[in-house]
Amino acid sequence: MEKKIGCYICKGCGIGDNLDVGALESVARKDQKIPVVRNHEFLCGSEGLELIRKDMESEGVNALVIAGCSPRAKVDEFRLGAALMDRVNLREQVLWVQPVAEGDDTAEEDRQMAAVDYLAMGCVKVKKMDAPIPFEDPGFSKDILVVGGGVAGLTAAKNIADTGYKVVLVEKSDDLGGMLSRMHKVSPTKPPYKDPEENPIAGLIAAVKGNGAIKIHTGATIKKTAGAPGLFDITIVKGGKESTERVGAIVVATGFGLYDAGKLPAQLGHGSSPDVITSLQFEEMAKAGKIVRPSDGQPAKRVAFSLCAGQRSTEHLEYCSGACCVYSLKQALYVKEQYADASTYLIYQEVRTPGQMEDFYRKVQDEGGVFIKGDVTQVAKGAGGGLSVEVNDKLLRGKEKLEVDLLVLAVGMTPSLDTVDPNKASPVGAGEFDYTKSVLNLDYRQGPSLPELKWGFPDSHFICFPYETRRTGIYVAGPARRPMGIAASVSDATGAALKAIQVVESVARGAAVHPRAGDLSYPSFRKEGCTQCKRCTEECPFGAINEDDKGNPLFNPTRCRRCGTCMGACPQKIISFANYSVDMIGSMLKEVEVPEEDEEKPRILIFACENDAYPAMDQMAQNRAKISPYVRVIPLRCMGSMNLVWVADAMSSGYDGVLLMGCRHGDQYQCHNVRGSALAEIRLSKVSETLDRLQLESARVRMVEVNIMDADKLPEVINGFVDDIMEFDPNPYKAF
Amino acid sequence: MADGKATGQTILVVGGGLTGLTAAVESAEVGHHVILLEKEPQLGGRVSQHNKYFPKLCSPSCGLEINYQRIRNNPRITVHTLAEVTKIEGQAGNYRVSVRKAPRFVSDKCTACGDCSRACSTEVEDPFNLGTAKAKAIRNAHAFAFPSHYFMDPGFAGSEEARKLVEVCPVGAIELDQQAETLELSVGSIVWATGWKPYDAEKIRPYGFGRHANVTTNMRFERLASPFGPTQGKLVRPSDGKEVRKVAFVQCAGSRDHNYLAFCSRICCLASMKQATYVREQYPDSEVTIYYIDLRAMDRYEAFLKKVEADSQIRWTKSKPARIDEDPATKDPVVVGEDTLTGVRYAERYDLVVLATGMEPMSSSAKPPADGVTQDAYGFVVNDGGPVIACGCSAGPVDVASSVQTGTAAALKAIQTALKAGGR
Repeated sequence: MEKKIGCYICKGCGIGDNLDVGALESVARKDQKIPVVRNHEFLCGSEGLELIRKDMESEGVNALVIAGCSPRAKVDEFRLGAALMDRVNLREQVLWVQPVAEGDDTAEEDRQMAAVDYLAMGCVKVKKMDAPIPFEDPGFSKDILVVGGGVAGLTAAKNIADTGYKVVLVEKSDDLGGMLSRMHKVSPTKPPYKDPEENPIAGLIAAVKGNGAIKIHTGATIKKTAGAPGLFDITIVKGGKESTERVGAIVVATGFGLYDAGKLPAQLGHGSSPDVITSLQFEEMAKAGKIVRPSDGQPAKRVAFSLCAGQRSTEHLEYCSGACCVYSLKQALYVKEQYADASTYLIYQEVRTPGQMEDFYRKVQDEGGVFIKGDVTQVAKGAGGGLSVEVNDKLLRGKEKLEVDLLVLAVGMTPSLDTVDPNKASPVGAGEFDYTKSVLNLDYRQGPSLPELKWGFPDSHFICFPYETRRTGIYVAGPARRPMGIAASVSDATGAALKAIQVVESVARGAAVHPRAGDLSYPSFRKEGCTQCKRCTEECPFGAINEDDKGNPLFNPTRCRRCGTCMGACPQKIISFANYSVDMIGSMLKEVEVPEEDEEKPRILIFACENDAYPAMDQMAQNRAKISPYVRVIPLRCMGSMNLVWVADAMSSGYDGVLLMGCRHGDQYQCHNVRGSALAEIRLSKVSETLDRLQLESARVRMVEVNIMDADKLPEVINGFVDDIMEFDPNPYKAF
Repeated sequence: MADGKATGQTILVVGGGLTGLTAAVESAEVGHHVILLEKEPQLGGRVSQHNKYFPKLCSPSCGLEINYQRIRNNPRITVHTLAEVTKIEGQAGNYRVSVRKAPRFVSDKCTACGDCSRACSTEVEDPFNLGTAKAKAIRNAHAFAFPSHYFMDPGFAGSEEARKLVEVCPVGAIELDQQAETLELSVGSIVWATGWKPYDAEKIRPYGFGRHANVTTNMRFERLASPFGPTQGKLVRPSDGKEVRKVAFVQCAGSRDHNYLAFCSRICCLASMKQATYVREQYPDSEVTIYYIDLRAMDRYEAFLKKVEADSQIRWTKSKPARIDEDPATKDPVVVGEDTLTGVRYAERYDLVVLATGMEPMSSSAKPPADGVTQDAYGFVVNDGGPVIACGCSAGPVDVASSVQTGTAAALKAIQTALKAGGR
């Protein structure tokens, strides 16, 4: 399809009153050779939009340059069905940040120059863009793999099937049900939140087994996960035999391990008597029937529960498991149910019974449960074959001894995924899990595991986008994602099922998932230019790119989140998207008219992350903050897509400085593509070589972290940088 | 959709806070049509009133902007603001919903240029700032409001000045004759995500909120800390504008107490720890005391507790204060009680006391107007197969991550219900 560009300049919001729109039109028409150029008093109004629509219908205009307000404004109005569009931000980026005093001709001229530059950049951008053709493959599958047959995995499988999709369920043990099938009852989920509820696992197993859309592999493990969303090929091993399944997405619900009680401090008494047991052993006992002393089978009417058995401790589990307080309450009620004259003691650090579980806490208090804030300091043989548990009571401020039949250690949850480096030792108290064995065995260049954030749990934006992992189409649910109890796992698995369905549907449309949801572009590369440097395959935050034997990249478009980090990484400039490329940005920055040295008007280029820095700049404009007229801003998909060649191009084109505005990186990263801004910073550390070669000061190029709320700080950041640059001599390359 | 899996009836999401907008975008990105209703003039709900999130101390606007971008780019989502559900009838897969849409007095011609607001001299109560500041009678609620077009205070719309402002708008977007309208929607399923409101601290009489000038609440403190709040983020006390150097946070202000909110709101401990960092960061010589019953830093948030505990200028007192007095001369609040760990009684003077009040479900007063909705004693909606699918703080007090998580789960339940239309 022939591209026909129409350029439309809005005169509303003061643009027509303050800028020479006729001159802008002439830039588009004469300099940029845009065939259709028009202006309108109020372009986003119905009449203005009709003007554009008419040109699309009768003139064959199919690519738009809309010069007016920010691309973040009036999005619905300008969704006119054009294959390509750029919004030139004259209002926020020029008019509102460059107030001109009456009669200040220099300022007026500077402002007009900025408008001309932005319009020219918009025109060249659209010229350099092509409409993305959605990626498709006849082999796409919408079936979904669920790994793990516990309550989370079964819930995910049932929900996926109930929505009309087929499921392949892989469980490593011979039976479905996981940890929950070893438990007696569950904590209350319904008002009045006072009594334990029946264990739902048997019903769930039956529902899954009876569902024809769910193919169950028990006693099975995954030898290899190859491919990409829509195209995953799973090699399943069962009894030494291999089979393969093609699926579109994966839910990982491998549950949790229990902290190895053998590693707990001796004062908790584990191993000193058969009557010191773990919370899971207690569940199994209650499920089997009688609560007794394992040592002699006598009724266990007096039971102490030691909460935080290893949790919240730098020597053991640093985190809180989030569920132990509540399940210990439940277990205290098991004792009460069996013995009217029962005595239960809950020895705690902090009682953590959030939400309506406070009612459950009160119920146990009402039933006579004794809560002691303190630590178990010693466990010894007591009278009559029982235990004597010494507790350091922090409220009564002294030691006391409890004569009990049983001491239950509420051990914490350990992660179940091999999210750690397989060469490293297993995490503390790993229990039954062997972290050197991968659950998914991803056939990914970046390794077989899901990247870890902390403590063996997978990496994600755990506040705002908790389901995101760094492997597209693979979602983790239940305690494999984060320590959680049963009700939370059920809800978590339901949401993960949604995400898995969403990815197979998005793949079918050729569309990206979060954060660039709906984006149809994807990277392609010119193989003959590749030097096999492997930077793209190493740097992709999502592990989207594999390598062939020679080290050439093998792109997996459905793994891609379209951040452009590969494009930024490539020193050969051979990776590009249909509508986003090294050439496009390079051409844009060269379109800016750099004044001659003697004009004493520096030019400074800002690359702004479009997710945070760019909206912050819009906000700064709304506040009508004044910024230097010498800056020109180019938004980037992510700082990760910043290619150093642009910095070199800018410098050799006579720009005096380059400022990069990216998101916070490091442990508390905010970059939506996880590593983008961090990688940009690393690349930038190498820029001094380039600048040295050009004999320019390295301080001409700087990267700053900009948060979306930094509108009030931005004028200082920008104007301060401009001031610093003006301390240097003008860039000598201007002359060329 | 090729196989028809992702069609079905439209999904209605009630509530445009983080939970509701998550439910909306997550289901729309599967391929469904979604109508999102919000009773305020803008989306974002409670999180948009927060300065920062714990534990990363990052801005809610960062994640919200991505979600707004997902809405902007997704033609399958229709947003109605100033809209409230008045009636729900029908059954799963086929509901008829009546919606009252209040007038905005500004049409969607508005370009958010701000001329009207700058020209307006009348100031009104500003619910977004929770009474800590006044705002122009025609405005945008806050810096990142979405949708970005302006609205007019209904009490102002009949005034003479409002008529003058009509002429100020360069695009003729101010429409003083706008009337409330009723929408009749036909939808397949309904997600209920109406969120929460801060518990009314005046009800906790012994703590003196509303009587003592320098006793405030955690939500108001968020506005105070915000760079877009009433003091541009400067932490000063209400009575005299003095910088706050000695601040107390009183946990469970009304929460876990049968006289007020008997449940635990889950997030207040962590929110106060976060707010303690605001004070400590702004004033290096400041001192903070946190009065608590139990420190509830669930699962991974434990690391945040450890981080805040490492600051020796933050003291922790296990105690539920008996009362808060006010020194009439200085307006200093004095916190009175007994330390549970030491048994020592205290009466400690502060510059400012922040009450960590809990989350009361909106649904305790604004109940879903349908037959067959189960609610617990606190007004939270119980998911038992009734006509609405509750998530976020409509179902229980949860943090931001769980709001997103439960909103995502609700999206799937809504899709399943919507697919029941027409005997599927």
